[in-house]
Amino acid sequence: MDIYLLEAIVNGILLGGVLALLALGLNLIFGVIDVVWIAYADIVMCGMYVVYWLHDFGWPLPLACAATIVALAAFGALIHLLIIEPILGSAPINQLLATGGLLFFLQSFATLLFGTDFLNIGVRLPIIEFGGIYISFARLLAFALALVGAVALYFFLRRTFIGTAIRAIAQDRDIIGLMGVDQRRIYIITSMIGGALAGLAACLLVLQYDVHPFIGNTFGPLIFMICVLGGLGDMIGGFIAAFVISQIISIGGYYSNTELSYVLAFTFFIVLMFVRPRGIFAR
Amino acid sequence: MSARNILLAGGPAILLILSFLAPPYFMHLLIQILLWGFIYTAWAMMGRFGFVSLGHGAFMGVGAYVPALLWNYYGVTPWLGIPLGVALSALLALVIGYPCFRLRVVGHYFALVTLALSQVVLLSIVAARDITGGSLGLSQRAVGFSWYALQFPDKRYFYAISLLLWLGGLAVWRWMNRGIGREVLDALAEDEEAAASIGIDVMREKLRVTVISAALTALGGAIFGQYLMYLNPETVSGIAVSLQIVFAAIVGGMYSMLGPTVGALLTISLNEGLRVAFATNFIGAANTIYGILLMLCIIFMPRGIVGLLGPMTAGTSIRPARKPDEKLAA
Repeated sequence: MDIYLLEAIVNGILLGGVLALLALGLNLIFGVIDVVWIAYADIVMCGMYVVYWLHDFGWPLPLACAATIVALAAFGALIHLLIIEPILGSAPINQLLATGGLLFFLQSFATLLFGTDFLNIGVRLPIIEFGGIYISFARLLAFALALVGAVALYFFLRRTFIGTAIRAIAQDRDIIGLMGVDQRRIYIITSMIGGALAGLAACLLVLQYDVHPFIGNTFGPLIFMICVLGGLGDMIGGFIAAFVISQIISIGGYYSNTELSYVLAFTFFIVLMFVRPRGIFAR
Repeated sequence: MSARNILLAGGPAILLILSFLAPPYFMHLLIQILLWGFIYTAWAMMGRFGFVSLGHGAFMGVGAYVPALLWNYYGVTPWLGIPLGVALSALLALVIGYPCFRLRVVGHYFALVTLALSQVVLLSIVAARDITGGSLGLSQRAVGFSWYALQFPDKRYFYAISLLLWLGGLAVWRWMNRGIGREVLDALAEDEEAAASIGIDVMREKLRVTVISAALTALGGAIFGQYLMYLNPETVSGIAVSLQIVFAAIVGGMYSMLGPTVGALLTISLNEGLRVAFATNFIGAANTIYGILLMLCIIFMPRGIVGLLGPMTAGTSIRPARKPDEKLAA
């Protein structure tokens, strides 16, 4: 097999890890609260700026990352309380549009504060060579953490009381109040976890990409597709969908160019929505 | 009704008089307001029935790029190129709309499918950079004043064209309201099965609205391109443009005929006002305020927006109460 094709496939798997991690939090919110945070990738962008600036102030990187995760968890709760909760009862599309306003706000506020410069954190993780294939360590790390994050989330949802309540709410919104579960509290916790996962993704992305106010546009549309393709709230489905999409992009990019491979991925999404509207793995 | 007629007749008259007095800068703003107002109106034609499309950037992009490319490479007059671009957009709307409506891809799924369409068109334009100039954009081959090339260095010509286009858009809106289509769509927004059972061709009506909306958006994009004489994929296609269209229409009010135009007036004035006030010190200030405005609009005017967006989500959420005035008027 062509070594470059193999490298494309390996890199595709690693990109899949990044996308899976990004989609994880969005998928949780999408699945549980039935809200599309269309600004999710821009929340990640904010996290990247936080890591960048804390590191720039001289904080050690792990501390900066931990602080970012906490900050974004709080931000997630804030978004839910300020934007989503007042319109929870209205049509889902309104919530999508309200977070669209947030998207505009975050992107332009970041431009206002930081300008449009591409900022690089300056921490470069090594590139690993393995049998003639070059692999970015940062991507490997993202891949591993996405895996750990997904597994941790899985056990949290399966093994804890709150996790069970979250799954129950996703299944039946109306009955859950009768079971003695505070729906509002569950939504806030879900939003916090979603925010924290955005923070985790931000920590890993900042090692691989330059930060700029519009970086969210690069990932945003992809991760919505992944959530929908995997089936809403289906963590495992989302995980697999992330790898399908990333392989299309990676192998497509090998045979043509980057933009065309994205065109291919988006077209694949549109077609699949018509073939399997409730996700690839829908029963 | 008579007050409305006076407004309808008087408004354009005042605008026309303004056109001969306005200095070029203000004329530039007026043209932009009219063209965007036209495009926002076109979006609202389907948005008000609950089909929230994030794909109008795609239609606008196709409408703008097709005539420009044909003119640059083959010298085809925009008089032919523009209808071709509009037809292609309509076809695109049909190809996306038909399966969506057939398979009941609604609500935020419809929004996400059309969002993907926006990206497909944007990235295709960027990918074909050998022909389209990619992200660097594309300038139409300039020939000075020419009816054949639809190029007028004098802004007054484009002002007149935009004004006519905008009035045309409003006329289409009124025509849709008067015709059977509006009642049909209201009926199926209320209860699709019931509407179908009394012999309404649900699919045809939905597609009609979608195709008209897409075609007009493409037309607006084409004229916008002719006016600016420069196309950039980021300014005429893609998600950013789609969202801009959706939000301006919503802020202005998508269920009244002049709402989207008010949205255009508001957003462009805000943008320009802040640009003049802060010069380039605060890039992004306009959109920061705009973003906050949007969130406030959607959160604090829930009834207005729900009243119209509600029907789309029929079956997935609690159906909002009818708006009595709307139904009685119809």
